[in-house]
Amino acid sequence: MRQTTLIDSKLLHLIITRLSCQLIENHEDFRNAAIIGLQPRGVLLAERIVEQLKSMQPKAAIEYGVVDPTFYRDDFRIHDKPLIARETNIPFSLEGKHVIFIDDVLYTGRTIRAGLEGIMEYGRPASVELLVLVERRFTRELPIEPKYVGKSVDSYDNQQVKVMWKKDGGEDKVMLLTE
Amino acid sequence: MEERWGRGQSNVANRMNTMKVTEQRGLSVKHLLGIKDLTRADIELIFSQADEFKEVLDRPIKKVPSLRDVTVANLFFENSTRTRLSFELAEKRLSADVVNFAASSSSVKKGETLVDTVNNILAMKVDMVVMRHASPGAAVFLSRHIEASIVNAGDGTHEHPTQALLDAYSIREKLGSVEGKKVVIVGDITHSRVAISNIYCLKKLGAEVMVCGPTTLIPKHIESLGVKVEHNLRKALEWCDVANMLRIQLERQDAGVAYFPSLREYSMQYGLDKALLNSLSKKIVVMHPGPINRGVEITSDVADSDQSIILDQVENGVAVRMAVIYLLAQNMKRG
Repeated sequence: MRQTTLIDSKLLHLIITRLSCQLIENHEDFRNAAIIGLQPRGVLLAERIVEQLKSMQPKAAIEYGVVDPTFYRDDFRIHDKPLIARETNIPFSLEGKHVIFIDDVLYTGRTIRAGLEGIMEYGRPASVELLVLVERRFTRELPIEPKYVGKSVDSYDNQQVKVMWKKDGGEDKVMLLTE
Repeated sequence: MEERWGRGQSNVANRMNTMKVTEQRGLSVKHLLGIKDLTRADIELIFSQADEFKEVLDRPIKKVPSLRDVTVANLFFENSTRTRLSFELAEKRLSADVVNFAASSSSVKKGETLVDTVNNILAMKVDMVVMRHASPGAAVFLSRHIEASIVNAGDGTHEHPTQALLDAYSIREKLGSVEGKKVVIVGDITHSRVAISNIYCLKKLGAEVMVCGPTTLIPKHIESLGVKVEHNLRKALEWCDVANMLRIQLERQDAGVAYFPSLREYSMQYGLDKALLNSLSKKIVVMHPGPINRGVEITSDVADSDQSIILDQVENGVAVRMAVIYLLAQNMKRG
């Protein structure tokens, strides 16, 4: 197993700051916006972004929720492992809101598709923008593209992009794993 | 979340994803025939998924598309209102196709056997069968003869697993956990499938269980299941945190056998009224699996009091049944 560091801790911090600045540029005080993290790993990135936004815009009231895509996935009864749902918690309506949808890695786009369907159960958003930390290029199986990207990478099918967080007990970094 | 669906399962990415979710195991069983067959991990998995389905049921759109390619047959060879409605709602909220069958209006009356009836229904491409039957072991029997996944919705005096699951789930919701809690089951234990399933479920989750009722309605050797036996209702209620009051199952009692002198006398000895409830040294939780015979095992003011969680049980029933059906459906691969 070969491991390469794609993003180290210093760069990761810079990327989170940059993505937050881009969000502020487009949404100012977030009055009509809502941030939704995708379970399970996108939530960890979303929490960091929300934290960063609050330190940069202390007066902004940022609405934040999490959505779980499990019940909307297209591989129910196909996948080898059981699909166990995690918490969905969106304690506000998304009707007419500009939703910033956050996940850590964009690969085939199928999880995002399922997550989008989950989001739509909470109202009809004015728009949904996708923010990802790592975009794997040329691997999409659905027409889904992000608006905000931390880093784009080219990778093979036998590789995995792994995002690690201090919260999990390690350090903040993104690795590319190859067999 | 990094995952590639529907591609070759042998590549590294998939294997590593599998490693990442090894703690995500499914149910250890293909059918839900009884609580006896479940592990504690199975029960806890059902509860954690029921939590997520409760959240779905609180949404404006109370429906998810997970089971849109699954067809479920509800076969009720015995009368039922609550359980059948609860299962049907659970199935519909998971987007399954549902067919209903009631024995009173079917070919069973014309002499068809159980296996023939079910096989004819399965020939119409049904994936899952929810069955209530008057014979103990009917669900187990069926599971040996047909391919579909079976959910036992009550088989005679044997088991009623989803009722026990929703009872334990309601205790967990009300008291935070089931572990270490003291639960007394009061009434007709001999003829009650709810009592047996509840005993298995509560014991597996680490609760202490007591049964209380007249000697004639408590099976001999029930202590071998690890439960205490008490014949004095007041003593039992003083001991417990939760009292589950069962109905007298007149329809299951042998004709010509008097298990107690009269309903009035039973009610005086084993009925729970407000005066008795208020005289206890602590506030206990009161449960009832329904249908209630008001004034027999429980009086109206107790059933409607703030200590009663009877309607929470009914509400939780849908979420728990959604969890059971969802998890069993995962074990049937799409053909």
